[in-house]
Amino acid sequence: MSDNLIEIRDLSFAYGERLVLKGINLTARRGQVVAIMGISGGGKTTLLRLIGGALRPTRGLLRVDGVDMSRVDAVGLYRLRRRMGMLFQFGALFTDMSVFDNVAFPLREHTDLPAEMIHDLVLMKLNAVGLRGAHALMPAELSGGMARRVALARAIALEPRLILYDEPFAGLDPISLGVTGNLIRRLTDTLGITSVVVTHDIQESLRMVDYVYFVSEGVIAAEGTPEQLRASREPFVHQFVHGEEDGPVPFHYPAPAYIHDLELRA
Amino acid sequence: MMDMPRAGLRRIGARVINSVWRIGTGTRFFALTLLHSGQSFGRFQLTVREIFSAGVLSLIIILVSGLFVGMVLGLQGYETLQTYGSEEALGVLVSLSLVRELGPVVAALLFASRAGSAITAEIGLMKATEQISAMEMMAVDPIARVVAPRFWGAVISMPLLAALFSAMGIFGGYLVGVVLIGVDEGSFWSQMQAAVDLREDILNGVIKSVVFGVAVTAIALFEGYDAPPTAEGVSRATTRTVVTSSLAILGLDFILTAFMFSGV
Repeated sequence: MSDNLIEIRDLSFAYGERLVLKGINLTARRGQVVAIMGISGGGKTTLLRLIGGALRPTRGLLRVDGVDMSRVDAVGLYRLRRRMGMLFQFGALFTDMSVFDNVAFPLREHTDLPAEMIHDLVLMKLNAVGLRGAHALMPAELSGGMARRVALARAIALEPRLILYDEPFAGLDPISLGVTGNLIRRLTDTLGITSVVVTHDIQESLRMVDYVYFVSEGVIAAEGTPEQLRASREPFVHQFVHGEEDGPVPFHYPAPAYIHDLELRA
Repeated sequence: MMDMPRAGLRRIGARVINSVWRIGTGTRFFALTLLHSGQSFGRFQLTVREIFSAGVLSLIIILVSGLFVGMVLGLQGYETLQTYGSEEALGVLVSLSLVRELGPVVAALLFASRAGSAITAEIGLMKATEQISAMEMMAVDPIARVVAPRFWGAVISMPLLAALFSAMGIFGGYLVGVVLIGVDEGSFWSQMQAAVDLREDILNGVIKSVVFGVAVTAIALFEGYDAPPTAEGVSRATTRTVVTSSLAILGLDFILTAFMFSGV
């Protein structure tokens, strides 16, 4: 068994003619939390969807838990996805089911476990995210942070080897944000899974991840451990880590000269 | 100036290609739904839930509309029949119009706007809130788990609703004709009994409502599944479901009637 759960070499991807990812190299070792960061529209989510098998690579190698994602068929993909969990940006809970039924969903679909055992497993997963007491609520009754924790309990229901997180911190208050970050770290460590987190929340990420990849305009612009990135002098990383308004990523959308737009004469 | 007709032609061409494309994906989607229907019967409680939300929740509108349509038929029918002195035939008129035409057609139109639009909106929103993607990521096929049970639930509900609509309508006709106006009760029922044929009339009506049920549900499911995942996209898809399935019902009704009753 290879030490690398995810292996990406020279990966390119195009939506039709538009090249979104150009030659990405990335590895995630077992037991690591790896963050993929970058500005919005930079190709982070596309990369996550490629790892999840929702998209196929245009060129290059993408291997997840030993499966070559450019060759895998539908059956192989579904088999791989049983070892994979995904946390969507807003949780994507099934709104017509209670919290309990949401977490029980993958267990009921993929196993023949008796109802009592499913009951115990669901409460254990909910306890791990601190929401055992909320098992009877409907998704509409949850706050954004709670919904995401329920979704996390659902994602770990089948004890996956890999969990993908799409913007897990977006729109959370500081307490929920810290709770979610700690949960991702703790679940990764205690369950021995690998986590890939797509986010642009730099401070929370640098606090809890093992390794960071910066994606910008379809390439890995920078990578390193949180310490290396904090110390980095590279302009893009510096701008991102310190949240500066202008830099390699400009404040202004490309436009003709200001003086020209205002019809002023020099 | 030369570009004007060319741009127009290009737009027409794009529309045609787009429509053909949609018919193709729609047909493929329908075939996939049928192919992945195993679970809908293997785990029948999934389908029962959908029979509840498509069928049972549509009961009120179907029953009330059926009653009023029957009452109007009773009134109008009596007015016309009376001129020829054959008001005892009111039962025949009411029952045949309902069982052959109005029952299946009006029930299907109501079903399209009540249950069809709900199915489209629900599936469209499930897609917009990534519930469909979440299911795929959990290695659960959404066609088998979400689409097929809704399809069969609605298809099973439709003929039952049409039958209830007709029954309610006949009762409405009875209320107006016999109770209110005073048509002879014996001839109302006995003439109806003699004129309505189990195979020619009732079975054909049931066949119609099954066909309408398949058409409405297939359109509703496809529109929802195909909707762009935005508020505007879902709202447009819901409107399209009602418009397209209403036209489909009326078009199919003409074709079916031509085949079923032209020789009678």
